[in-house]
This record gives sequence, structure tokens and C-alpha cells, in this order.
Amino acid sequence: MPAIEVVLYSGAIGLSIIGLTGLLLLNNVFRMLLALVILESGVNLLLILSGFRLAGVAPVILPEQLSNLSAIVMNDPVPQALVLTAIVIGVGVQALGLAMILRIKAQYGTLNMLKIREQLEFDLAVQSGVATPVSAHSPVSLASGRERQLSNHKDEQ
Amino acid sequence: MRNIAGLLFAGGLAFLLLVLASYLPYGQTPMFLGDAILAHAPGEVHTANIVAAVLLAYRGIDTLGELSILFTAAAGVGLILGHRSLRSDSAGVNGAVNSEQHSGFITTRAVDLIMPLLMVVGFYIIFYGHVTPGGGFQGGVILATAFFLPVLVRPGTRIEHGVITLLEGLAGSGFILVGLWAMFYDQPFLQPIFDSFLGTGPLGSLWSAGSLPLLYLAVGLKVGSELAGLLVTVSEVPELSETNISDADDINRK
Repeated sequence: MPAIEVVLYSGAIGLSIIGLTGLLLLNNVFRMLLALVILESGVNLLLILSGFRLAGVAPVILPEQLSNLSAIVMNDPVPQALVLTAIVIGVGVQALGLAMILRIKAQYGTLNMLKIREQLEFDLAVQSGVATPVSAHSPVSLASGRERQLSNHKDEQ
Repeated sequence: MRNIAGLLFAGGLAFLLLVLASYLPYGQTPMFLGDAILAHAPGEVHTANIVAAVLLAYRGIDTLGELSILFTAAAGVGLILGHRSLRSDSAGVNGAVNSEQHSGFITTRAVDLIMPLLMVVGFYIIFYGHVTPGGGFQGGVILATAFFLPVLVRPGTRIEHGVITLLEGLAGSGFILVGLWAMFYDQPFLQPIFDSFLGTGPLGSLWSAGSLPLLYLAVGLKVGSELAGLLVTVSEVPELSETNISDADDINRK
């Protein structure tokens, strides 16, 4: 197995795994978005590698090459076209995720996923009128969350 | 516990992928489609850049779908951040401190100088997309950067959303119109057209490849206006002034 192959494949797979691990382990929502970006680039690299040929050139034809077209080895253009659009779409998806994060920050004032989940459960319970999931031994954050919720309601009114 | 499970999962997946990769033939493509396209594209589509031929001729409808995905993302950002409560008070605040928020003389002048050059480079990459490695997607991103740089150095600058939306709609409908134009010649939707006057030059010249440059121009304008609109919408969100110290603590603790 040539050394360059090991480097390229383990680089692509390693990037994907770093991104995936970040998605699984991080609690900060913005960092999760960055992990998603890393995961995307790893997957794109893997896709590009599938169209790679040893001694291949970029699939652009020069006019003087037209006569002996079969003599030149070119890389597969299909994965390149796929990745080209995937990168641009990735930017769009990242912008959408960033917009959601900005909204979450404006609404809850935190980026910690655990806190956001707590507050979301509380809000859902308030909206639907069921008993709030608060026990007598509830942590402090829930209580402060409730106060914040009440003050928000006052502000809106 | 959750961390250990996540690490185990990631490690297992890495092992699986590495084992799979070690069985792949390296240096030769596993697909036959690319070879067929490489053999036929110069004669069929007359583009020097075969990636452009794949993108606009062989997978034209997919590209239309990808443009619609971009549109959906932009519409989603507008829906999430366009709420009045998020931006109502921002105009006054930003307008008041506008002059103090400038990034300094050198940066603003440099951006004023660079912006037209960036526009030229973007349009060059779009127009030569079927001849050189480039095209609508890359050029569109450069155009979006050219539009966004002035907003970046002068925070609080209001940009007219109507122009961006109009350009975006025109580009999108232009792409579909070129596709419908092919049906006028009894061809399938989005089939490349080689008319008597349209793109009849020899391979490698600017005036070649039929209707593909028109499609690439539409893609470039669409991507550019879409991304510029996205960036401007995100940048118009008022400064999240409630940034408290607790978040910084959260980050530091990890």
C-alpha cells in the first residue's frame, strides 16, 4: 500500500471522525456547528478521493489535446461536480444553523445544549399547561429559568 | 457515560471506514460513468471544462434542485432572523454609533478598492466557467464576498433587500427559462441548445458550449445573491447585548 494512499484516506476519514466526535461530545451548540463543518469537509474529501487516478490530470481539455484525447488520463469529473455543489450547499446549511443558534441565543441567553433542553422542556410544559417537570430537589438552573421565563412574559405584556 | 459511548461509537466507525478504505482500489475509479462522460463530453457538449458539462448538461436538473436547496436555506434564515422583534430596535442603535464602529481608514479604503476588482474576478470566473476550472458556483461565492465586504467594514450599513431578492428571482427564473427554451426545439427540459448563433465557436473559446454559459451565468447570479442575502440577514441581527459571563464560563470549564 503506497504511503500517500494511507495519508489521504486516513486524512479524509480522520476529519469525518473528528467532526462526528465533536457532534457527539460537545455541549456548546456553536461548537457543534463547527464540528459539522469539519465533518462535511471530511466527507467531501472522501468523495473527491473516489474519483482520483494516479497520474490523472484535472478534467479540462486544452484545444491542442483534442486530437489524441484518449491518451490523457483525467480524474473522474462526476465526484468533482458533486462536491462542487455540496460545498456551496454546505455553506447554506451552515448559515441556516447559525441563524438558529443566533435565535436560540437571543431567546435563552445560553449556548449550552443541556440548559437549552431544560428550558425547552419547561417552556413546552408551560405552553401546554401540564405540570412542569420540577421536583423538590430541582437544580438551581431550573428555578432561575422559571424566573427568567416569568420576566419574559412580563416584558412581552 | 454518554461521552464514553460516543467515543466508542466514533472509534468503531473509524475502524470500519479504514478497513473499508483498505479494500478500495486506489488510483483507479470504481465507477464507469466518469470514463463514459470523459469520452463523450467533448463531442456532445463542446465544453473544455468537463466538470461544467457534468454539472449543467448531464446533471442539469440536479443543479436546479441544488439551487432550490440554497433557496430553501436562504428562506429559512429569513424566516428565523427576519422576525420584527429581532431587528426593530437595531436600526436606531446601529445608525447612532455608525461612525464609531467603522473599521478604520485603511480597512475601509482597501475594501472600497478591492470590491470592484472582486466583482471583475467573480464575473470572469463565471463567464469562463465552461472553458477553465471555475464556474457559477465559485464565481457566485466571490460575488457574494464582494457585496458583503462593505457591510463587514461598516457595521450597520443598510443594504436594500429588494434588489438582492429581485436579482435572485431573475436568476432562478432565467435558469428555468433556458431549460424551457430547449423544449421549444423539441428537446428534453434543460437539454443544452446549440443554435445557429449561440455558442458556435471552437472548443476552448469563450463563445462555445451552446447555452451552458447562460446557465452558468444564472447559477452564478443566483448563488451570489443568495449568499449575499444570507450574510446580510445574519449581519443585521442586533448585537446580542445580553452576552453574559456565564457562557464564557461554560466554555472555559470544558
